[in-house]
Amino acid sequence: MLSRVAESVYWMNRYMERAENYSRFLDVNFQLSLDLNEDSNRQWMPLVYTTGDNELFSRKYNSPSKENVIHFMSLDTENPNSIMNCLIRARENARTIRENISTPMWEVINEFYLTIKSKKKFEESDMPGIAEFFKAIRNQCLLFYGCQEATISHDEVWHFALLGRLLERADKTTRILDMKYFILLPAREEVGSTLDLIQWLSLLKSASAHEMFNRFYTRITPKNIAEFLILDKIFPRAIRSCLSKAFDSLKILSGSEKDSYGDETEKRVGVLLSEMNYASIDEIFSSGMHEYLDQLQVRLNGIAAQLDETYFRN
Amino acid sequence: MLLTNYQTDSFYDEMFSEEGGIRQSYHILKSRIEGMDDKELLKRKASAEKALLSLGITFNVYGDEEEEERIMPFDIIPRIVTSFEWKKMEEGLKQRIRALNLFIQDIYGDEKIIKDGVIPAEIVYSSSGYLKECKGIKPPKGIWIHITGTDLVRDGDGQMLVLEDNLRCPSGVSYVLENREVMKKTFPELFASLSVRPIYDYPIRLRGMLEHLSDKPNPNIGVLTPGIYNSAYYEHSFLASRMGVPLVEGTDLTVRDDKLYMRTTKGLKQVDVLYRRIDDTFMDPKAFRKDSLLGVPGIFEVFKKGNVALANAPGTGVADDKVIYSYVPDFIKYYLGEDPIIPNVPTYLCSREKDLKYVCENIGNLVVKAANGAGGYGMIIGPVASEKEKEEFVEKVKADPRNYIAQPVLSLSRIPTLIEDKLEGRHVDLRPFILYGEEIYVMPGGLTRVALRRGSLVVNSSQGGGSKDTWVMG
Repeated sequence: MLSRVAESVYWMNRYMERAENYSRFLDVNFQLSLDLNEDSNRQWMPLVYTTGDNELFSRKYNSPSKENVIHFMSLDTENPNSIMNCLIRARENARTIRENISTPMWEVINEFYLTIKSKKKFEESDMPGIAEFFKAIRNQCLLFYGCQEATISHDEVWHFALLGRLLERADKTTRILDMKYFILLPAREEVGSTLDLIQWLSLLKSASAHEMFNRFYTRITPKNIAEFLILDKIFPRAIRSCLSKAFDSLKILSGSEKDSYGDETEKRVGVLLSEMNYASIDEIFSSGMHEYLDQLQVRLNGIAAQLDETYFRN
Repeated sequence: MLLTNYQTDSFYDEMFSEEGGIRQSYHILKSRIEGMDDKELLKRKASAEKALLSLGITFNVYGDEEEEERIMPFDIIPRIVTSFEWKKMEEGLKQRIRALNLFIQDIYGDEKIIKDGVIPAEIVYSSSGYLKECKGIKPPKGIWIHITGTDLVRDGDGQMLVLEDNLRCPSGVSYVLENREVMKKTFPELFASLSVRPIYDYPIRLRGMLEHLSDKPNPNIGVLTPGIYNSAYYEHSFLASRMGVPLVEGTDLTVRDDKLYMRTTKGLKQVDVLYRRIDDTFMDPKAFRKDSLLGVPGIFEVFKKGNVALANAPGTGVADDKVIYSYVPDFIKYYLGEDPIIPNVPTYLCSREKDLKYVCENIGNLVVKAANGAGGYGMIIGPVASEKEKEEFVEKVKADPRNYIAQPVLSLSRIPTLIEDKLEGRHVDLRPFILYGEEIYVMPGGLTRVALRRGSLVVNSSQGGGSKDTWVMG
């Protein structure tokens, strides 16, 4: 397949995944804010930190109010990562590779864009319907994945699509965990309090992981949650699971034999994956989870850069 | 109901005869429309438009930032062509394409037609579409114009005429195909009761034609697009998709050792046939325009060496020239020894002193066009222009007579068109698409373009025109 097509299908999926993650972050935080009757500034700014776009936000807005943060992360076209921008870019990518995707896929992405494009700004009066709004976004993204899964051949195009989605997802899971760890980190006396518990729960919800977590764990503790979201083998948002599937796709793309590797990207993912296969959550906690997540983010970025080099730049 | 107040205003109407009766081929359509209440028709129109938008069948309008993409306005009242009438058009188009191809081959070859004095050499050489770089080239199978979109109009007497030939990268065929799909959803009951000739196989025939240009059993084919900002991008992507071949941009291609390759995730892959939708001079910055960022450096050399087939071949634009157009009936006689089946619109050449004088004195009754203008630009319609506009245009013509032609203002035929909530007559033309491969194939139908503004004769989409489905009866 054309290198440019591979790159576009990869980014189309990264952007859709990002839009979905943002809508979930925002929704969960909104629900959380209803439970916690506290200063809204404290409640909403961490979200902006998590996305790494805090400098841009501070330059543009004078307060991290609910409306401002929601607007910034969903509709603000000056924010390169806003849901709106993700959608514009996903659609732009889809447009350049239309002949490689199915009509249903294109229709989902195009109709999604046309719907959200008409929304310009959030007002206080929009808040009663906001949960529905985020849900609609999530559903459109899920519809897109489903459509992709069911209507295009699982050939190279599909594997590049998967890689985009999985690498983005792994990255976002590290950020969700990090949000709790260093921004929502409660004061010592709050550990184990209702507030603490609600925050950890909302974190699980941010990863749509609440029900699945409950099926495998009996106690909601920071360690259990971190273990589930980092090291679980089969939960689709767990970092290890994402990497394991990405590794499978890379292996198919490079055509390498078992116990060997075909290119640098595959090697990097393979090395990271085996480290995770032999890691324990106790080790991660004792060496510092924030540091661990930081490292993970750096390595995921390295993998993405290597993928770009190997497949998109020849 | 909608048709009861319809007025033909003494124009030639595609649906109604001079006596006010309905033409035979429209009987069923008329009774269906009349059997429908007005709301139903409007509802069907809205659902057709929604389908087009949702499919993203849009074109880009240059210089319009607010709304960079629009659907081409689509009218749900189809134009119907009888099989008898179509047969004549089909034969006429085949004849014309054959003659045009021989002309292009000749002027880049032995120039017999110039030597025999049928067309003056300076007319050919001064055409902006004439590429001296093509001299001596013989493209695969001797075919230059693989895809043609010839514009036909019907004048006030009901006579079909050729208005112009589009031989470089004619566009619009994707609208024809998509409009048909939308019409099938909008009026399933009409298709069930009429035998409309299908057009669905066009992309397959296009692919077959492209394959014919290579001697390899499974040639690697691509469609070359300038990219998503081109006004016809949707079409490029649509055709690539329907043919099952990659849509490539200039940067996806590279020339190595006189061969053309595309960059893939598994390295370079040789390209054998390229359906290019980039104008000649933008195709290769090495051979033509140095400032082009759209093309592929060195591709022309690869073509010359016979290592890639290009459709249409470079250099075909010479016959797009509206001055050369006026000679096509002569080409038909010269190369084929036949009389033209479909006549040209009478044309005055400003390069002829007598014609120039006539044009300057009668500009108020003429349409004057730049020889290489397209999309409704660079032209003036005498009867609706102001005195000042006419004076200014006369100056332009006098300064560069070779570049202008004039034609009488045709009273283009009209057809009922849904305007807001009622049917009104609007002027139309017709662009059938012709493929030249192993044989010449004319798609049964074509793009009927409609001038949506009341009284307007300009049907181009960039000038507010819309389109209709064209039904050729089996």
